[in-house]
Amino acid sequence: MNFRLILDISRSMMMARWQQTLVAAIGVTFSITMFISLLGFMNGLNDMLDGLVLNRTPHIRLYNDIKPTEIQPIHKTTNNDRIYAFINSVKASNSRMEIDNSAAIMKVLNRDNRIKGICPRLNAQVLFRSGTIDITGMVNGIEARAESELFSFGDYVNSGKAIDLQFVPNSIILGKGLAEKLLVVPGDMVQLTTAGGERLSLKVVAFFQSGIADYDKVQSFTSIQTVQKLLGKPNNHVSDIQIKLHDMSLAPMMAKEFHTIYGTDAEDIQSANAQFETGSFVRNIISYAVGITLLIVAGFGIYNILNMMIYEKMDSIAILKATGFSGKDVRSIFLSIALSIGLAGGLLGLLFGLIFSRLIDKLPFETQALPTITTYPVNYDLKYYVTGLTFALITTFLAGYFPSRKASSIDPVIIIRGK
Amino acid sequence: MGEIVLQASHIHKYFEDPVKVKVLHDINFSINKGEFVSITGKSGCGKSTLLYILSTMDTEFEGDLSINGVSTHLKSEEELATIRNEKIGFVFQFHYLLNEFTVLKNVMLPALKLGKLSPVKIEQNAMLHLENLGIRDKAFKKANQLSGGEKQRVAIARALINDPLIIMGDEPTGNLDNKNSQIVYDIFNSLCEKYNQTLLIVTHDKSFASHTHRIITMNDGIIISDSPK
Ligand SMILES: Nc1ncnc2c1ncn2[C@@H]1O[C@H](COP(=O)(O)OP(=O)(O)O)[C@@H](O)[C@H]1O
Ligand SMILES: [Mg+2]
Repeated sequence: MNFRLILDISRSMMMARWQQTLVAAIGVTFSITMFISLLGFMNGLNDMLDGLVLNRTPHIRLYNDIKPTEIQPIHKTTNNDRIYAFINSVKASNSRMEIDNSAAIMKVLNRDNRIKGICPRLNAQVLFRSGTIDITGMVNGIEARAESELFSFGDYVNSGKAIDLQFVPNSIILGKGLAEKLLVVPGDMVQLTTAGGERLSLKVVAFFQSGIADYDKVQSFTSIQTVQKLLGKPNNHVSDIQIKLHDMSLAPMMAKEFHTIYGTDAEDIQSANAQFETGSFVRNIISYAVGITLLIVAGFGIYNILNMMIYEKMDSIAILKATGFSGKDVRSIFLSIALSIGLAGGLLGLLFGLIFSRLIDKLPFETQALPTITTYPVNYDLKYYVTGLTFALITTFLAGYFPSRKASSIDPVIIIRGK
Repeated sequence: MGEIVLQASHIHKYFEDPVKVKVLHDINFSINKGEFVSITGKSGCGKSTLLYILSTMDTEFEGDLSINGVSTHLKSEEELATIRNEKIGFVFQFHYLLNEFTVLKNVMLPALKLGKLSPVKIEQNAMLHLENLGIRDKAFKKANQLSGGEKQRVAIARALINDPLIIMGDEPTGNLDNKNSQIVYDIFNSLCEKYNQTLLIVTHDKSFASHTHRIITMNDGIIISDSPK
């Protein structure tokens, strides 16, 4: 059909009522701007909060929990239907926190191409000596470089560098809260005592600040070799293997697989942090609800303006029909007015949304809990822009649909007679 | 006589307002190519109602209407719009121009809709019609900046743009002074004479009607006389 003519007529009609048209378009622009900045901001926060947990949480963790063995010795001798064994007060005994044959397991894991990387850990309970009192704490033996690469360990270290754990012998990074309790600063020495009575003096090289104060009051990090030395264990002794996958969604399945193959406990990130998904989901729903509400309001604006335009343009519609434009042509004219308002308003909305997001992105946002973040986080995913424009077009189409149907059914005879 | 351009057979029309009133009763006549016909009668006798039916805009009637030998019965709204676009040129009492457009664009619109010629050619034709009607200098004015007589000439140019089978007018001089009425009549007359243009004009202006070639007189919804000159 004669599309260019239809557009030409719509444009002239809009120009004749440019103030109202502008107001309608501003309505759409405003709602799309809000939609984009809100979604960008909300999802920026989501990403940040998820990142807070997800980035530094292994997708799968292999470890040995303290628990009684599933198969008690008595089960081995009473393995038939007639006898049923009751055991009271089962206790865990002589449990070995280390992962058996860890070197071989790690070799296999390193070759698995679903896995992005692994980090072994060896944790120990220790007492930090400060003057006359002992403070209980936890020392995590880690490989600083791998931890930084896979779990952003370095991002949470301040007043020094994470990698110093590997370069400075007998060094330690203390949780910020713990360091405050011990009254030490980088360069000072701290003394650790293990449950087994072993003692060691380590040099503080940096502080660690996770954003969770209770955690920072007890945790400290040193190299895995230092912990092995502290516990008097050989250098393949490892208590945890942390695994990062390329595709996080495989974690539950692979955790089961590793549990059966290696006989260790295997915990996947989904079961460990189920609540985070829910939080993001709710925040998303809120942003979409607000954005769509704004759009519906803008849609009513367009609806009103089109109705008014059609009321004013009754004569023009009648004459178009009398001179050979069909009802369908008239409908197309008013629909394209609505869609032009939607498209122009929507595109401008995307632009202002982007500008607004950039402004939010520049606002300082400094918090103790999040040392790596200095401004408000914003997500610029193209998805929100596409969704925003689609919504704008759908709403304006719906807002234009009924008025233009009304216009198309105007009977020219009634109008022409009416004079 | 020549070929039949328009044929009305047994046309009846009722209005329900609120009781059923018959406004047209058994209208039968046909118009040949090149005829200059007027329909007269006193106000309220059904002239306009008949013209809206003949122009295909009003489809709620009994009987049949053929244009160029083709019955309009059972045609869709879109097909009827195409017939109006291609075959019928309108001139109303109130000029009904589109105020958002220039005079030139108003004249061009039906041809742009028809889409048979290129926009450039259509513009040339439109300018030619405006020239013939003596309003070439008004081509780029907005439609609402013209006087009544000028507007009516623009409406005539618009009616002519698709070279229609028939031009219909509902009191085209009803709103004009004597001088402008005379101009409009002269235009119609020369169209008929020079280009063999068929015209059907509703008017209650006795003197206008008396100068046409054939006068159909109506009273209370029926044709009481049909007299070629
Ligand atoms: N929409 C309508 N509803 C009811 N009656 C109508 C309507 N339009 C016209 N009429 C009546 O039909 C008759 C013919 O009207 P019309 O064709 O306009 O007369 P004319 O053009 O000859 O003056 C008049 O009596 C008028 O009141
Ligand atoms: Mg009338």
